Amino acid sequence: MASQGLGKEQSIQDMIAQSRNKKGKKFIEKLMPILLIITALISVLTTLGIVFTLIFETFEFFQRVSITDYLFGTEWLPFSGSEPLYGVLPLILGTLKVSVIAACVAVPLGIAAAIYLSEYASDKTRRVIKPILEVLAGVPTIVYGFFALTFITPLLQQLIPSLKIFNALSPGIVVGIMILPMIASLSEDAMSSVPNSIREGALALGSTKLEVSLKVVLPAALSGIVSSVVLAVSRAIGETMIVSLAGGATPTFDFDVTGSIQTMTAYIVQVSSGDAGYGTTIYYSIYAVGFTLFVFTLLMNLLAQYISKRFREEY
Amino acid sequence: MKYMNDTVVMKRMKSRLQVNKVWKTIFIIATSVALLALIVLLVRIVTQGTGYLNWDFFNNFGSRFAEKAGIKAALVGSIYLMLVIAPVSMILGVGTAIYLEEYAKKNKFTDFIQMNISNLAGVPSIVFGLLGLTIFARMLFLGKSILAAGLTMSLLILPVIIVAAQEAIRAVPKEQREASYGMGATKWQTITRVVLPAAIPGILTGSILALSRAVGETAPLVVLGIPVILQFLPDGLLSEFTTLPLQIYDWAKRPQEEFQFVAAAGIIVLMVLLVIMNSIAIFIRNKFQKRY
Amino acid sequence: MVELMIKNEENKTVKTSAPFIGEGQKVFEKNTVFQSKNFNLWYGDHHALKDINLDIKENEVTAIIGPSGCGKSTYIKALNRMVELVPIVKTNGEVNYRGRNIFGSDYEVEELRTRVGMVFQKPNPFPKSIYDNIAYGPRIHGIKNKKILDEIVEKSLRGAAIWDEVKDRLNQNAYGLSGGQQQRICIARCLAIEPDVILMDEPTSALDPISTLKVEELVQELKDNYSIIIVTHNMQQAARISDKTAFFLNGEVVEFDHTDKIFSTPRDQRTEDYISGRFG
Repeated sequence: MASQGLGKEQSIQDMIAQSRNKKGKKFIEKLMPILLIITALISVLTTLGIVFTLIFETFEFFQRVSITDYLFGTEWLPFSGSEPLYGVLPLILGTLKVSVIAACVAVPLGIAAAIYLSEYASDKTRRVIKPILEVLAGVPTIVYGFFALTFITPLLQQLIPSLKIFNALSPGIVVGIMILPMIASLSEDAMSSVPNSIREGALALGSTKLEVSLKVVLPAALSGIVSSVVLAVSRAIGETMIVSLAGGATPTFDFDVTGSIQTMTAYIVQVSSGDAGYGTTIYYSIYAVGFTLFVFTLLMNLLAQYISKRFREEY
Repeated sequence: MKYMNDTVVMKRMKSRLQVNKVWKTIFIIATSVALLALIVLLVRIVTQGTGYLNWDFFNNFGSRFAEKAGIKAALVGSIYLMLVIAPVSMILGVGTAIYLEEYAKKNKFTDFIQMNISNLAGVPSIVFGLLGLTIFARMLFLGKSILAAGLTMSLLILPVIIVAAQEAIRAVPKEQREASYGMGATKWQTITRVVLPAAIPGILTGSILALSRAVGETAPLVVLGIPVILQFLPDGLLSEFTTLPLQIYDWAKRPQEEFQFVAAAGIIVLMVLLVIMNSIAIFIRNKFQKRY
Repeated sequence: MVELMIKNEENKTVKTSAPFIGEGQKVFEKNTVFQSKNFNLWYGDHHALKDINLDIKENEVTAIIGPSGCGKSTYIKALNRMVELVPIVKTNGEVNYRGRNIFGSDYEVEELRTRVGMVFQKPNPFPKSIYDNIAYGPRIHGIKNKKILDEIVEKSLRGAAIWDEVKDRLNQNAYGLSGGQQQRICIARCLAIEPDVILMDEPTSALDPISTLKVEELVQELKDNYSIIIVTHNMQQAARISDKTAFFLNGEVVEFDHTDKIFSTPRDQRTEDYISGRFG
């Protein structure tokens, strides 16, 4: 070979040349990318699995229930023995009640916390508060559900005597607390990425911190903040255990927040906890509701991505 | 000519500073609400639950009577579940991340996979339950087993692990790879000997955090029909089982007040488990973070 | 520094007045390690290297100089095919390494890089122990015997003139060393697989003057056993350490000759302009 006759020690290159002839190394080089692409395809298959599962089973459901009755019906009475009704609007309304209440709690508090953390707080304070927000975000939803049912509801009942044990208000507030850290930390990220030079420009003109925050930083970070809110609301829509425990199981088509409701997710849990036999209309109905839920959250996620991409600020 | 009148400016300045102060207080209060909520929640649960935390609670199975109820089956079940989720989700997640960061070319297909992952992260957990029910429980006949639940949960946390692993891999400087290629190393040698050793702390931290999310998750298991009261410990991957969050859910639903205390005791155990996992993750992050 | 400058001045005068030295070298014609024949390279649409024809001889230090963006880095990265890490690269023409075209379809890139080592612009040791850094190359090529590895590590570190500084802390992380030491570790890591050629891509650009001097001295010692091709933006460095110098401009080789000739009597006006500091 080429390196021979160089007049220096051959040992290492010789040893290397010997081991190069082993077949295994080349085989692994060819095999690994294939294995890795298979793992990468699992995530695609998962999405396809979700979409096709929901579509097929929902299709089966619509063999039995008319699609217009489902989409526009205002009564959801699947367990009625004589004449079951499958109008999804009460479930959607229940979901929206909880989500709107949650947003009312989380959006102002979350954005205010983000402004404080990004614009006012010292590094030291930030280092204490951010982990606490992470802890709050890591609390399992079942714990929040328990908290809503056994603490927030009795507390609210003292303020509003007419409040039922199961209602929209209590889970709404607690879902709000659950999504608050998400809004706070994503908005804070958006605001911190506004370059300091922009702040300095405003401060040098004699602006107060408040004016810098509201008139300079907030508008510059708006796309990030709005997309964080959309993502958080999407989380609220898909939230299950809090509303199952504290929201009740009575789908109603009204705007009352003090009485028992049922959300889409809570309905799926109700059917799954009971014993709806495989192949019954009720069994298929959870897929139809699941599909509806999936469409809602997917649209919101796409919206959030669109907002953060389309309106991204260039500094 | 002067457009700015000093006295007016100074007068306005006072009120502007006042407003700034008021709003700062409002922002602090808003931030405190989150902290307050956490404190109230923790204090409430600890005061309710500690009375029921004793040896019997850990050694008893579920029961219709509050004083006999225990979490043995649930705790063991949760740990078994983790033993399925951890390897499955990490192999799939890290594999995907390596593919995307080291092998994938910049093209539509790669963009599609990436977009798919971020959308998958936003799918509600209960929908994963429906997927698991159809595919794992019914089509693959895994029923209400640990394996069915473990695979479902692995898919649920897969996007989180992929993103964490991608970030960790991306943080390894390209000069490190060049050094390895420059010595005649193959791609796979470079990945296993240079990239992964440097990225492993980040991957582990992200994975443990994702795993702790799976441990606290309830909804997909309810959809899979995992039972809540079991009188035996699981004896294999295909065995029926129950988990801590499910057990807590069952107790919390019961009308008798004593079960609230039992549920609170269960929550304490669950939270302690999560705190331990998170501490390990933070420890790894702080201890092994690589500096270049 | 002052001494070196004077030495250079002397070298210049001696060599320019004695052209027969060049003729003398013809008698002991050295083997060619790299022979580029009409070699072209594109990054996408950008024609980065144009019809390169260069013969690089063994056991010499060949310096490549030129203003930034002239293609000098691209050229040496082509010699061990590191340019291929950029996906949009296209090449044509030939680069023969000891008579074989490295861009030929049957040439394994790993084999090439085992023979042609590289030292990079920024010191890039792995975040591993000093020992593991040096043993990395032998290990990936299948040498596992601990005794042999120990020998290789010591020999390589001695070869890179850093053994005495690190022999007591071989198990410490290489990132604990200074920048100059790190770069010599990288050179030692390169020596550990006993390559035939060492490519150096501005190896001292991230180092302080004293570390630079050490690396330069090392390069001088290494040329007895290795062929060295060094890219540098520093003309004094090229003058100090190289036997031959190639001047690149806009992707072309403007002039390639003995270093002393390039720096004393360049044939091309552009070379003269560059070395006299009129641009770049």
